[in-house]
Amino acid sequence: MAQQIALEVVTPAGAVVSEEVDIVNAPGYGGDFGVLANHAPFLSTIKTGILSYEIGKNRHYLMVSGGFCEVSNNKITFLVESADFGHQIDVERAMRAKERAEKRLAQASAQDESINLARAEASLQRALIRLKAANFK
Amino acid sequence: MPSLKEVKTKIVGVTKTAQITKAMNMVASAKLRGAQEKMEAFRPYTAKFNEAMSNLSERANTGGSYPLMEKRDVKSVELIIITSDRGLCGSFNSNIIKLAEQKLKEYEAEGKTVSFICVGKKGFQILKKTGKVRKTYADIMGTFQMFNAREIATEVSEHFLADGGSDRVELLFGEFKSVAIQRPATKEFLPVQPLEAAEGEESGPQISGEYIYEPSAEDIMDVLQPLYLNVMIYHAMLEVGASEHAARMTAMDNATNACNDMISNLTILYNKARQAAITAELMDIVGGAEALK
Repeated sequence: MAQQIALEVVTPAGAVVSEEVDIVNAPGYGGDFGVLANHAPFLSTIKTGILSYEIGKNRHYLMVSGGFCEVSNNKITFLVESADFGHQIDVERAMRAKERAEKRLAQASAQDESINLARAEASLQRALIRLKAANFK
Repeated sequence: MPSLKEVKTKIVGVTKTAQITKAMNMVASAKLRGAQEKMEAFRPYTAKFNEAMSNLSERANTGGSYPLMEKRDVKSVELIIITSDRGLCGSFNSNIIKLAEQKLKEYEAEGKTVSFICVGKKGFQILKKTGKVRKTYADIMGTFQMFNAREIATEVSEHFLADGGSDRVELLFGEFKSVAIQRPATKEFLPVQPLEAAEGEESGPQISGEYIYEPSAEDIMDVLQPLYLNVMIYHAMLEVGASEHAARMTAMDNATNACNDMISNLTILYNKARQAAITAELMDIVGGAEALK
């Protein structure tokens, strides 16, 4: 058995994951990155995206949005605004959110409101990634 | 001496009020538990967040300046007032509002302009009279989530960064000390205060060697600062949520006790009135019998 690293995913609503895992793949600021055991101290911001980790042969997928992660002392901690397991995602709700965001996007670009545009884009992206994550069970 | 019927009606009325306050007390205590759990769940997040922030600011302070940390001559102050949406919780909201009004007076005496952001309906209802409320977020205290906090933080920081906006932002909320004690508190919101390393709790193993930052420490700071503001607002909202329920619990408990006192006084009165009526009737009968002799 290879060495493991402690993974912790913390959201404002409490800890979501707290486990010893083999490898973590996360959506970093400059692209996805993987972290194995005994990684050097590391700090990165996290984009909205899919975080996955492997225990043995099982891979688990999480949808995470906005935050950062810290690696130190063979422990990787994610502080994110939200984290949902793929199988916990309410596909219908995500679909509705996607449609809503698309509608708002169309409205905002018609009226040229840059702030609303950015917000709508962000929520559309969240919805899309949530749908994507829902496909990995 | 009030009539028997009047007293009886009053007793029934007060009994019903006592039932309601008792029920509200129980509802508040159930909600308080929920709010406290929410606070408990949030604690690891803030602890970790503050740790990372102080870690970062130690390193990133040397270079670069951050618009959100910029200290300016304070000409206009914005106060974020967080209160509950509902009343019937004793002096909890009015204490916060009093503090806000006091601050308003102080700042205006210093020749600064003041604007309010009201979170929760109660604060707005009172403070709208001042005409200084810039934005309100009502009816969210029951169900708020992180995105509510984000919305508020974004609004406030955009105003802070804009020309002619606020130069300083303070957060006023009800601090949850314990179930029995809640008091109004103030916190500096903007400009962002550089975090000192947590006092006394530095027993954890110090990380050897430098962190690898991706992107640079400065860029991470840029991302973290708005997040930190969200966290601060969210935290304050949690505190207010818990305090509100705790305050309501105490208030309703007092109300129930007051009702019970009233009921026992009224019962004495009722019995007296009943006795008086009986005595009067007896006198009548005796008087009547006497007259027939």
